[in-house]
Amino acid sequence: MKLAIASGKGGTGKTLVATNLFYALQLNYQVTLVDCDAEEPNDCVFFTGDKETSFEVIQKAPAIDESKCTFCEKCHEYCNYNAIFILPDLKVIKVIEDLCHGCGACTVACKFDAISEKDVSLGTVTRFFITQHTSVVEAKTKVGIFSPVPIIKAAIKEANDDRIVILDSPPGTSCPFINTVAEADFVILVTEPTPFGLSDLKQSVETLKTMSKTCGVIINRTGLGDNAVYEYLKQENIPLLMEIPFDKTIASYYSKGKLITHFQPELKEQFISMFNLIVDKYGNSSN
Amino acid sequence: MEIAVISGKGGTGKSSISAALATLSEKVVLADCDVDASNLYILFNPDIEGEEIYIGSQKAVIDYSKCINCGLCIEYCKFDAIYYSDQKITISPINCDGCKLCSRICPNKAITMIDNDKSRMYYGSFRNGKMVYGKLAPGEENSGKLVNIVRDKAKKLAKANNINTIIIDGPPGIGCPVISTITGVDYVIIVTEPTLSGLKDLQRTLELTTKFNLNTVIIINKFDLNIKITEKIENFCKKSNIKIIGKLAFDPQVVAAMINCKSIIEWQPASDLSSQIKLIYNNLIYGK
Repeated sequence: MKLAIASGKGGTGKTLVATNLFYALQLNYQVTLVDCDAEEPNDCVFFTGDKETSFEVIQKAPAIDESKCTFCEKCHEYCNYNAIFILPDLKVIKVIEDLCHGCGACTVACKFDAISEKDVSLGTVTRFFITQHTSVVEAKTKVGIFSPVPIIKAAIKEANDDRIVILDSPPGTSCPFINTVAEADFVILVTEPTPFGLSDLKQSVETLKTMSKTCGVIINRTGLGDNAVYEYLKQENIPLLMEIPFDKTIASYYSKGKLITHFQPELKEQFISMFNLIVDKYGNSSN
Repeated sequence: MEIAVISGKGGTGKSSISAALATLSEKVVLADCDVDASNLYILFNPDIEGEEIYIGSQKAVIDYSKCINCGLCIEYCKFDAIYYSDQKITISPINCDGCKLCSRICPNKAITMIDNDKSRMYYGSFRNGKMVYGKLAPGEENSGKLVNIVRDKAKKLAKANNINTIIIDGPPGIGCPVISTITGVDYVIIVTEPTLSGLKDLQRTLELTTKFNLNTVIIINKFDLNIKITEKIENFCKKSNIKIIGKLAFDPQVVAAMINCKSIIEWQPASDLSSQIKLIYNNLIYGK
């Protein structure tokens, strides 16, 4: 079973939910937490573990042999990302690696064998073992890399055979989010009861609808905003899975990199019963 | 002058601070570059004066009347987006990257590319000047390009209306849309919060702004939620020679202001928090 924890808006508590759900479950289950927020991964702040495996995520980028290049511009024409800069009159050709997606079209285009492929590292996927059976897989881009998607995909693949997988999604509703939730059997959206939170929640829900994904909602920091989100959930018939009150103690534990469920067993029980409810109601569709 | 407000970590208060800075200016162009989750239009309800369609990428589609099931496209696709399903060639719209290679090599011209044309850029007027924002269609990529379009429009509006200050509300993270948000701006404000996650993200965000050689300053928001980590952030900034231009206390009135569609400056102009933000603003704009 794969569960994705996501939110349109940043900072609503995705990581709080993902790390605490993982902690609550790992006492009884074999579970893996995948930190898919590859631009700013933070799940490892909350756990200490032994590094077990780590690998680099490689993308192919073209290398142009200028001695063979006839400046015919075919590669430039084939590139759908504008990653090949060419001035035929001046005999200048350059690959803009930041724009290259590694699709290989230029290599196919070149009839003069002037383009070969080289490896470019985009980032790393690391698995940390927390206990013998549970681990955290971290996706992490190199600073300055444009898209985290290949690293996110590699990290999810790394955990593919694990029994229960929690995916901590990046914020937003664009590619990084889509590629994370695409792999999930159920999506938990974390929101806060504010106008910004609600607006971004609606966008996430609409996106998940187009993907035919089922979701439920956790409202974090209840008591801090207004009631509009509750009405929206009722109207859309989306299950409210859990409420986490706005509480300086919770904020303080989180800020120090500590797990609130470790100190508040009743909250731990809430996470476990939420998980059981999701498995009972939605678990079968995945198998 | 272009000022970009970013954060690395989401939810540190970028948009609330951008809104406050914008409402301190008599005339400003406000550019909401968090095109994935733009929010400032909720506060400012701008009169829309125009919109532009943004085509971010393309997707491959198969014409089954032409497909001869040869499987050559599967061989060439580097994104694992094409596969056999019930013995029919199938393209996953999620995995398709829009590179067009399959369409080019198909021997029977059975694959065509269609534009993803659901994303928009909007511009208009609001109570403190002009506003531009982008709305990326769900699942779109290349949001950096849409950010560039929003910024270009903001610059044009500034010029046409004789406005000197552009405030840019950026997206979270450190990837493509953030790089597009900060490239070439006069100031980057990184809004951070005193959590270990906040500090870690701040370090990665600073690595990025240093890489791009940008004038970077820091605001520690909700600094009183964990004084110890605030001190850690201060020490880190001191060591890295990065200026902290303000420390703002946690104030639930920020949420109250949002619910009432106002910035904190408009909601409680005389509060401590508002005075602090005014100091930051004067410091940035007038250098005092």
